[in-house]
Amino acid sequence: MAYLNYTNVGIRGLAAAVPVKVIKNYEYTRYFPAEDVKQVVDKIGIIERRFTDDKTCSSDLCYAAAEKLLSDLSVPRDEIDLLIFVSQTPDYRMPATSILLQERLKLGHQTIAFDINLGCSGFIYGMSVIYAMMERSGLRRALLLDGETRSKVYSPKDRKTAFIFGDAGVAALIERDDSFGQSFFSMNSDGSKENLIKMDAGGYRNMSSLETLKEKVVDEHGNIRSDEHGYMNGGDVFNFVIKEIPSDIKNIMQYAGADNTAIDYFVFHQANDFINTYLAKKLKLDLSKVPSTIAKFGNTSSVSIPLTIVSELQGKLESRKLLLSGFGVGMTWASAVINTGNMFISDLVEI
Amino acid sequence: MNAKFIELFKETLEIEEDIVNTETKFRELEQWDSLAFLSVIAMIDEEYDIVIEGNDFKKLVTVNDLIEEIGKRKA
Repeated sequence: MAYLNYTNVGIRGLAAAVPVKVIKNYEYTRYFPAEDVKQVVDKIGIIERRFTDDKTCSSDLCYAAAEKLLSDLSVPRDEIDLLIFVSQTPDYRMPATSILLQERLKLGHQTIAFDINLGCSGFIYGMSVIYAMMERSGLRRALLLDGETRSKVYSPKDRKTAFIFGDAGVAALIERDDSFGQSFFSMNSDGSKENLIKMDAGGYRNMSSLETLKEKVVDEHGNIRSDEHGYMNGGDVFNFVIKEIPSDIKNIMQYAGADNTAIDYFVFHQANDFINTYLAKKLKLDLSKVPSTIAKFGNTSSVSIPLTIVSELQGKLESRKLLLSGFGVGMTWASAVINTGNMFISDLVEI
Repeated sequence: MNAKFIELFKETLEIEEDIVNTETKFRELEQWDSLAFLSVIAMIDEEYDIVIEGNDFKKLVTVNDLIEEIGKRKA
């Protein structure tokens, strides 16, 4: 039971950037017959996604979001004392991308900067780490940057993953203010399920080689990928979700002393429409309180929660209470109950 | 419970014809696929508050097996 609570720290502003290139799923038929594609797309509810070009990284999307946010809020760069970059698609294996972003954003050398390597739960983990550090007296403002280019992770010839993932980056400015009140976090991990979503090679356990880059047929359905593509066992992931997520959400709400009526919006990780419809039904939620960007941005891993807030809740966040819940690769899952104070939302950036 | 379960089962798989009974081997239905499998697991969880995990589900063959499994876990 890893529960945490913080007082008077919160997200002052949030911005998101997505690539301009739209992938229309019904027309994504290069490797699969249109009829099969339609069947899959109808079920998962992902109509469009955004893909970067070859040259654009997660950090570029985060940089664009951060520039927009800092300029919208007129934040002096030398007042940012902490920068965390959450991603599993960094620029390099070393150095950490957060350090490169410190320089690109022209932040001072006093800035604490490091990366967090987590998937779909990552934004909530990042918030918690920053809230904990910001509760101390030394730091003025913090930036949480969270970006993913999952389009580069999965094989377009593997139907289990080909239609699901998209790219995006966000920037959150985190400050101390009385209006934020108390926030509550639950964070969890289960490494026994490491094989549910994984990329087998390219790290130091199985280093990159000609062999690991070879595409091959991996199952009886004829799906094709290399050992350096990610894979996902969707059925087992769903089983994991129904076992762990509703109870985690109930527990954090109990810990926060909030019931369904006290929460204004439930922002779930946008895995697919199937999972989120299930969660809403299971938790007996009013669907008007469950914003969704699954249809237009697909699954952007850790970015999906803040991206959904930017895309769907701009102008609706004055003194609101949000429930956030993210779950995925690891497996790892996290939930939070937060107050928005007067959270500012920038217009969505397209690059 | 049988009639109600069969109705829910048909709704979940979007089957309109009268082709499902307790003896139906559900994997042989034209509508059965990996997403149908997940939909049935979700339906049983929503309706009966019971989670049948993948490995246990593999052992079940007929609609009656599903009904019995639910009954056993409810008891």
